[in-house]
Amino acid sequence: MPEDIKAHITGVVFQIVAHPGDPVQEGDPVIVLESMKMEIPVESPRSGRVQSIPVQEGQTVQEGEVVAVLE
Amino acid sequence: MANRGEIARRIMRACRRVGIASVAVYSEADAGAPHVTDADEAVAIGPAPARQSYLSIDAIIGAARRVGADAVHPGYGFLSENWRFAEACRDAGLTFVGPSPEAIRLMGDKIQARRLMASVGLPVLPGSDGPVGDVADAEREATAVGFPVLLKAAGGGGGIGMARVNAAGDLASAYATARRRAEAAFGDPALYVERYAEGARHVEVQILGDGRGTVLHLHERECSIQRRHQKLVEESPAPVLPSETKAALTRAAVAGARAIDYVNAGTMEFLVDSAGAFWFLEMNTRLQVEHPVTEEVTGLDLVVAQLRVAAGEPLPWRQDEIIQRGAAIEVRVYAEDPAKGFLPSPGTITTLVLPAGEGVRVECGVASGSAVSVHYDPLLMKVVTHGATRPEAIAKMEEALAACVVDGVKTTIPFLRRVMAHPDFRRGTVHTQMVEQGAFNA
Repeated sequence: MPEDIKAHITGVVFQIVAHPGDPVQEGDPVIVLESMKMEIPVESPRSGRVQSIPVQEGQTVQEGEVVAVLE
Repeated sequence: MANRGEIARRIMRACRRVGIASVAVYSEADAGAPHVTDADEAVAIGPAPARQSYLSIDAIIGAARRVGADAVHPGYGFLSENWRFAEACRDAGLTFVGPSPEAIRLMGDKIQARRLMASVGLPVLPGSDGPVGDVADAEREATAVGFPVLLKAAGGGGGIGMARVNAAGDLASAYATARRRAEAAFGDPALYVERYAEGARHVEVQILGDGRGTVLHLHERECSIQRRHQKLVEESPAPVLPSETKAALTRAAVAGARAIDYVNAGTMEFLVDSAGAFWFLEMNTRLQVEHPVTEEVTGLDLVVAQLRVAAGEPLPWRQDEIIQRGAAIEVRVYAEDPAKGFLPSPGTITTLVLPAGEGVRVECGVASGSAVSVHYDPLLMKVVTHGATRPEAIAKMEEALAACVVDGVKTTIPFLRRVMAHPDFRRGTVHTQMVEQGAFNA
């Protein structure tokens, strides 16, 4: 069952840490957002494999926007 | 004014006091912002990301040339401690309202600054004599000074790229993160190791030099209430600081500034332990966010003083004429959610009610309807109170914070109210780890 990972704050995608196909553990940072000079990781809610990353580095994302999908 | 928000407005006010016209610069995100509409003139300098606007030396020098500006005030943050910017101003025939590019460069290299201050007799914390080459090197140095240690960026201060490491096992990941942050912030990933001073206070001394042989101090500020190594509450005088410690701190600060022939406003930062021992941390070669508490207790306008020094005038005061009257406290109202570990809270301000009254000063960069952008520092405003005594300043601050309304974004106001009510804060027995230890949690 695919699961969306959503941004918990509004920010700019600073770094994509995990890429499609990568295995992740619960709590691993999937992407890092930059907001107001702070770097804030968006963490995987469970163990699994990354299916897709629908955002690009430098892109602004809103709170609640999907930034990664787990398989 | 190569800046935005409350500090641009603060500089503008000082300019007006001495009859200087002010020119604001603004990014696309700041069109119509209070610092733009308040200025005598305003120039657009680029897109919202700071790298393409407020951090672009070319864009700012270009704007200054277009309007025929005589001088550039950098404020704090952005390019204020960038020696290349100060040099570019000089090369363009613009007066940089601040120290020389050489002084900025010297103090911006935190390892060199440490060495230099140690060489003129200022105490520094035990640490690596230079940058560490790799994790193994960092571990050797950390073991030699003893855990916990701080990994600090050589290329710049302000708590950026700084990481506390409690044990050797945590060093590798902290080292990687700190290097990446240092590289991103300062373009230099070099790190050094310094012993971590447990339970210490952050006390700093305001310096003014005029380049004509006068270097004065404007007393101390206590700034221990911090999150992420960045300040939230500042005050002057520092409470419960023994007078002999204070005298030693101001003496050391002036000696350090004299050693580099420092010109204009700067701040010498120190850590002070409960026994009164102190160590030099770093020098900030610019106006400080918390300068208003010094202004409130001394009655002097630091930005006007900066402008006069930049114009080549001598400082008109003797050291013994600069005295602290009463007590002043500043709190920083950030668009952050203290209930969620001070997570950023960008958005649009729907309602804004500012406190006012005798002994209450507000330095505010936003208005009702302002968008609080993800691209910039989350500081919305500073509330400053001044009283005949510290309890009076605290009481005024409690009232001011109760009257302050910011809707549309989360702010640090609830946290700041808890600080004011906290028995340790009221006693003045504060230290730099209190916030992270949860002392002020709801």
